[in-house]
Amino acid sequence: MSSPPPPPLASAVGRSVPRREGAAKVTGAARYTDDLVVRDAWFGKTVRSTVPRGRIRSITLDPAFDWTHVVVVTAADIPGDNVVQLIRDDQPVLAPRGGEIRHKEEPILLLAAADRGTLEEAARHIRIEYEVAEPVYALEQATEVFSTVEIGKGEVVEDVEDLKDVEVVERTFRVGLQEQLYIEPQGAIAIPESDGSIKVIGSLQCPYYVHRALKRALKLTDQQAVVIQAETGGGFGGKEEYPSIVAVHAALLARKAGRPVRLIYDRHEDLAATTKRHPGVITHRTAVKKDGTLLSQDIEIVLDGGAYCTLTPVVLSRAAIHAAGAYSCPNVRIRARAVATNTPPNGAFRGFGAPQSLFAAELMVEHVAERLGMSSVDLRRRWMLRLGDTTATGQVLTESVGSELVLDAALKAAPRVGTSARRHVRRGRGLSLVFHGSGFTGSGEKKLQGTIGFEALADGTFRILTASTEIGQGTKTIFCQLAADALGVGLDKIGLAPQDTSLVPDSGPTVASRTAMIVGRLVQEAAAEVKKRLSREKAPFRVEKSYIQPDSIHWDETTYRGDAYPVYAWACTIADVEVDLTTGAVRVTDLVTAVDCGKALHPVMAEGQIEGGCLQAVGWATIEEIKMKDGGYQNDRLATYLIPTALDAPRIRTILVENPYSQGPFGAKGIGELPMDGPAPAIIAAIHDATGVWLDEVPATPEKVLAACASR
Amino acid sequence: MRFTLNGTTISLDVLGTRRLLDVLREDLHLTGTKEGCGEGECGACSVLIDGQVVDSCLVAIGQVEGRDVVTVEGLALPDGRLSRLQQAFIEHGAAQCGICTPGMLLAAQVLIEQSRRLTADDVREGLAGNLCRCTGYTKIIDAVLSCTK
Repeated sequence: MSSPPPPPLASAVGRSVPRREGAAKVTGAARYTDDLVVRDAWFGKTVRSTVPRGRIRSITLDPAFDWTHVVVVTAADIPGDNVVQLIRDDQPVLAPRGGEIRHKEEPILLLAAADRGTLEEAARHIRIEYEVAEPVYALEQATEVFSTVEIGKGEVVEDVEDLKDVEVVERTFRVGLQEQLYIEPQGAIAIPESDGSIKVIGSLQCPYYVHRALKRALKLTDQQAVVIQAETGGGFGGKEEYPSIVAVHAALLARKAGRPVRLIYDRHEDLAATTKRHPGVITHRTAVKKDGTLLSQDIEIVLDGGAYCTLTPVVLSRAAIHAAGAYSCPNVRIRARAVATNTPPNGAFRGFGAPQSLFAAELMVEHVAERLGMSSVDLRRRWMLRLGDTTATGQVLTESVGSELVLDAALKAAPRVGTSARRHVRRGRGLSLVFHGSGFTGSGEKKLQGTIGFEALADGTFRILTASTEIGQGTKTIFCQLAADALGVGLDKIGLAPQDTSLVPDSGPTVASRTAMIVGRLVQEAAAEVKKRLSREKAPFRVEKSYIQPDSIHWDETTYRGDAYPVYAWACTIADVEVDLTTGAVRVTDLVTAVDCGKALHPVMAEGQIEGGCLQAVGWATIEEIKMKDGGYQNDRLATYLIPTALDAPRIRTILVENPYSQGPFGAKGIGELPMDGPAPAIIAAIHDATGVWLDEVPATPEKVLAACASR
Repeated sequence: MRFTLNGTTISLDVLGTRRLLDVLREDLHLTGTKEGCGEGECGACSVLIDGQVVDSCLVAIGQVEGRDVVTVEGLALPDGRLSRLQQAFIEHGAAQCGICTPGMLLAAQVLIEQSRRLTADDVREGLAGNLCRCTGYTKIIDAVLSCTK
């Protein structure tokens, strides 16, 4: 991004204009994957492993059953590589006969039939025998390491015996699995075309991830694989990598059946088989002077990747980079590793490792403050990163550092908490201060070179061509706002091409708080260029813009030194809780969050995204618990995996703090993931404030709260 | 069998044990009603039967014989313009990904028809059977309350 175009007089940006697809969504006209009528389509089904570890000895199709009306796909039917294309080639599309099974619910066979009854009947006539092996679940017993990260700054304090006036505080924190729980389950419809190409329409965040996966497994060319996003009912990371599996499965069935196949998961299958947030264990050893001066942070992170690599190394990377928290410390050592266990693979989920490591970092501030007998707010004010400070990776923060702004704003907005009239109910308050890197980690954006197209059409209108998807966060609306203002035209003059890989370039995945900031900036720049060209050229014409990393950004992947992210967004969250001492139930009664978003392109949508992220974090912190049994999830139904309802949700108040970033569109920074980071540690601190006990783990279920109170 | 659907009398020849949700979506092509869990937990398939919010995944089509069914497709005004509640959902940012929106709108419609004086707590209670994962509910509650003034 060489010379930023001068911002014109803004007329759409900063205003909460109606959502582009709003009318379609409130009338029921919006078409999600399962709403699409495809002529002659059959129904697909995935047959999965019932054991967590072993080898497939035999697969038997009952000869007494009439298989003539059923299509069966095995690993032998895969024309290309039996690999789910992502980072490491370890995950098969379908486990082959004689092949290794690494987790429960691993896909083995695919079935398709004209009606659901035949499909279910066919599934009952398949017998799979296994040679069972001993599964590994415990992190300390895991031998396979997916990746490691080491970050070093200065020298951590190892031996404090000789040091005067120094306190060392050591704590271990545990974070649990979490399901994204988009309300629309995973699904794809594959349509084989007569020319050998295959079109897949699905519920997904990243059309080009699916495109690459299809090409690899089905041996298709760029043109033969076509991926189209249908209206998508939520993603939260859950539809980043998993849709590749659903799409490839549907495509394999469609190819063999010679007709369209719908592969739509029901909630039970979605909960049982798809990726979750990585659980983990994080240990901190912090040295401080008795006056509160932060001397050193020694941090160890272990994340459970589950059975296959998926995106785990990238999740671990973000976890490690955020592990020291939003604080300036001269000596830091972060050692992180992600290991394999025989549980379903964990993957992308809003925050992508940062909620886990920031949970530990924030509670560590509380523990140190308690040891020193100081206020944790004062300690944060003293430690927090400010303009010109250096992060754990050695990144000097040169602009848009909102730590103090958000801390002040949140404190000002939260009135004092009173005591409860009910004797068995205790009230408490907790606070957290977090930062979150916007965009891909390190050189990610440079390698990716996300591209968009922008067309000036003959009728005086314009069209944005991007693979960035609308999953509820407002992509379509804000892109049009950015384009309209950059061109100086009305919103009604801007259109969007569908998210179809045969029409739009690869703008990169819709993840990592990058869509508004990185791709939005490309939209703004392309529109400005079109405006310039229109002064000497007639429409129609098209321009393309690709991301160019600013010269000021330097990152060394081998040493983990340098500018880990282009910029950070900041948030301070204050949570008030009520703890029922008889039941152990924790209710979050009020939640205030102040967010430095750079510039609120669409204030209502920014608030909405923040509030939704906060509630997801409230769920993670309080009620969203996954219990494991024999390598599978015990509560794999919506009746047993609970998320907050309107009754459980606190009133969430958002304060948008505008602190512009020079390289963001109109000053905006990415904030999609940030709201997932702050609430959990604030809630655990509030529970301590209410009860005097530290939990050091999420979720703080009633059982854990009661046990902690009892052992006090 | 016969019932009223969005104000029009419908005659159908279908197996009475099929789910209302499936008949709406597959036979009548009214796909505004969504399936989120199929177990009556999420409320994405909410419809109104004789003015009550019901999960259509738990209702057999035979049970609606002679009754009055309203789906999201029946919420707009007769001239096709959006209702006040639909408009409020757009203005307040109450619809994000939109998958819970049809069910949420129907549950909210019952609330605003039942009482002109609603508190935020009334709205929370009334919408507690409809899960939303995007909004944190705040904007939805604001939208519903704006229609009671």
